[in-house]
Amino acid sequence: MKNKIKKPTCRICTLLFVLCTFLFFSCSPEKNDNQNVSSGGSVPVYGDAYITANLSDSSYLNPILASDSASGAANGQLFNGLLKYDKDLQVACDLAESYDVSKDGLEITFKLRKDVKWHDGQPFTARDVKYTYEALTDPNTRTPYSSNFTIIKKFKIVDDYTVKVYYDAPFAPNLQSWMMPVLPEHIFRGQDINNASANRNPVGTGPYKFKSWQTDQKITLTSNGGYFKGRPYINRYIVQVVPDQAVQFLELRNESLDSVGLSPDQWNAYESFFEKYDKYRYPSHAFTYMGFNMSMEPFGDKNFRKAMQYAVNKKDIIDGVLLGTGKEAAGPYPPHVWAHNPNLKMSEYDPQKAAEILKELGFEDVNKDGLLEYKGKRFEFTITTNQGNKQRELTAQIVQEQLKKIGIKANIRIIEFSTFVNQYIAKREFEAIIMGWSLALDPDQYSLWHSKETGPRQYNMLGYSNPRVDEILIEARSTFDTDKRRKLYYEMQEIMAEDIPCIFLYYPETLLALHKRFKGVELAPIGVGHNFEEWWVPQALQRYAFSDK
Amino acid sequence: MFQYLIKRLLYSIPIIIGITVITFAVMYFTPGKPTDAMTDFNTNITAESKERLYKLYGLDKPVYEQYWNWLKRVAVLDFGSSFKDGRSASEKIIERLPATILLNVLSIILMIIVAVPAGIYSAVRKYSLADRILTVIVFICFSAPVFWVALMLMIAFGLWLGWFPISGIVSFDFNELSFFGKTRDLANHLVLPVIVSTLGSFAVLSRYIRSGMLDVLKQDYIKTAYSKGLSERQVIFNHALKNALLPLITIIGLSIPGLIGGSFIIETVFSYPGMGRLGFDAIMARDYPVIMGIGVISAFLTLLGNIIADISYAAADPRIRYR
Repeated sequence: MKNKIKKPTCRICTLLFVLCTFLFFSCSPEKNDNQNVSSGGSVPVYGDAYITANLSDSSYLNPILASDSASGAANGQLFNGLLKYDKDLQVACDLAESYDVSKDGLEITFKLRKDVKWHDGQPFTARDVKYTYEALTDPNTRTPYSSNFTIIKKFKIVDDYTVKVYYDAPFAPNLQSWMMPVLPEHIFRGQDINNASANRNPVGTGPYKFKSWQTDQKITLTSNGGYFKGRPYINRYIVQVVPDQAVQFLELRNESLDSVGLSPDQWNAYESFFEKYDKYRYPSHAFTYMGFNMSMEPFGDKNFRKAMQYAVNKKDIIDGVLLGTGKEAAGPYPPHVWAHNPNLKMSEYDPQKAAEILKELGFEDVNKDGLLEYKGKRFEFTITTNQGNKQRELTAQIVQEQLKKIGIKANIRIIEFSTFVNQYIAKREFEAIIMGWSLALDPDQYSLWHSKETGPRQYNMLGYSNPRVDEILIEARSTFDTDKRRKLYYEMQEIMAEDIPCIFLYYPETLLALHKRFKGVELAPIGVGHNFEEWWVPQALQRYAFSDK
Repeated sequence: MFQYLIKRLLYSIPIIIGITVITFAVMYFTPGKPTDAMTDFNTNITAESKERLYKLYGLDKPVYEQYWNWLKRVAVLDFGSSFKDGRSASEKIIERLPATILLNVLSIILMIIVAVPAGIYSAVRKYSLADRILTVIVFICFSAPVFWVALMLMIAFGLWLGWFPISGIVSFDFNELSFFGKTRDLANHLVLPVIVSTLGSFAVLSRYIRSGMLDVLKQDYIKTAYSKGLSERQVIFNHALKNALLPLITIIGLSIPGLIGGSFIIETVFSYPGMGRLGFDAIMARDYPVIMGIGVISAFLTLLGNIIADISYAAADPRIRYR
């Protein structure tokens, strides 16, 4: 606000500039490559475009059908949920004005905002929420998100702007499930949602409206003047498909892309590559681990896993694979998640201790070839991971080398993803795997660790089972009180540090290059895009102008 | 001749059906399911939800039933709809055709323009310095990894010189350009992909032409032509070339399916929206309807290409007649 006096001048400038653009570049968009002009003023102005890239094209611009990250980027700008995570990863209101969880956790009431309009001008009401709920639970809808909604006992519209949801049992992740974007009832009514034309021509409530989609080339969104939090400053939001990461990087050098996700080696490229870019790094909601098939000998033995943990140097992996862009992992929650137990002790690297434990377990180098024998046979096992993830492949190689130092022979097998999941994971035909989990922000990890979740296509494929952890998982997910939940999860992490259900290797980071001309960018625990509506580009630095609006 | 044609066409029918059976079987026995790629390892998506998707796509039915259902639909030219985005498979394939054909036709033309003279020259000046240099170049073209060449060209002509765009098929502002501007923009974008996709086939073709030409030059009628006192030029272009070009018919015939086949690597590196990427992505995602659609169309075009090659061969070479 300190530049209040400057404001009128700036407005006039804007007006003049817009006029000029209109007169001279009527067949715009036109690139204005006047990068050298100093950025003027600190009052946000409208204009310009933001171009980002994806490795693949979106599947559906319908958030309840799409599960790919490519669609997520555009859907995030087109739609809103009732709730959202704020920049500090706390549950906050979005389309809801307020929400209330009953004491027993069985009822949630949402009061909806009354000032929200769909992109076609229709008002947003409780009927839209009901429609979204019905679509999600309709057995014919091809949605991967149904299970969060089929547990709802009753859904009730109280009035046009109030809805009430009833559950059979208290379930803390339910709040997160209402971050599911809401679909417009008036658009989908009477249509088969799986094949609705709106899936490629969406109408949402978000800060950007749909403009065009050229298959496998780009999706263009344009700013929504009627957005309930005010029109975003950047006029266009463009998602381009550039299927090769090296080429994305070249386009970055060429300044044709405004933001690109980087690999660790790109992150460490010469500074001159990033002259026009700022680099951001923040923790991803994920962890990478090496797991053992605990139903097999000797992997089911806690002490064996402990020996393996001593033998693996996580620091080497982070330095070698991630080139320093990541953190050593101690448990299933990355440090920025509230359930993360900060008192958790990092496992140490001590090959000596590893060798001692192995000796106690009966591993011995009988034939003096430098490799250990177990029960009269050379002991070796295979680490399997999926093809196409270079970081996992490299991690496997480093682990292999480290295990060799204590006399364990590990083989590596790299298999195409889908085959890996079906032939090896689902059938439990593996000895060790290197895999990762991308996590929901709610800390409920019932499906990963509960002993009942070990069926063929379920997620506890390592076969972890601990009665106390089972108890904690169930109790914590039915508790809404964050402090109580936190205590439970702290305890679970301590048990796991003892049990070693897998070797938690590292928490990867998101690495991002973003063009310097964008102002108002804020790095928060959730990342950088959370306040995208507030980003703006000073007039003199704007690169793209548009004749329409 | 006509009878032969009918016979060939009739023979093609069981071949096409056989190809679909094999494609379907290979796909079915390939481990992995369409629902894997969709859901990855994401704790937001539960195993039950996955199971439900699986049933919705009809993947829980026995394989012969799935095949029969598919065949019934294909009989009326309906290839089903993609598991990835619910759009019809034929629509997705047709959408890719123009860009794919454009790239491939241009590179075949460029290949012929460059490879034929190069091959002839190498043959006529056998073991000369120029021939040796050409041979070395040809082998470099043939063995250099395509993606690497592509990246190097992008760096040189895209980044340093700034002559051509790095990737994509049209510019960001394509729709706003005039017709002339659009043509130029498209042409600019096509230069690098066309060059890169020509390299490998250029090497092969120029070798074919060279050896074909060498064979012909040894023939008696060439000696006769020389002894008649014709100039070297006349001998080569009027007498030798026609016969040396015969293998070209086969090669071009075989490249007809390639016209729509596309190349995954080139299309990926240049962010080019062609068939190669569609096919590859479909395979990785186990998008059965799209894989089968592409399979049938490629099989059809391969057979067609073979027939066309055979017929033109007969037309061009009187020694060969089919009964």
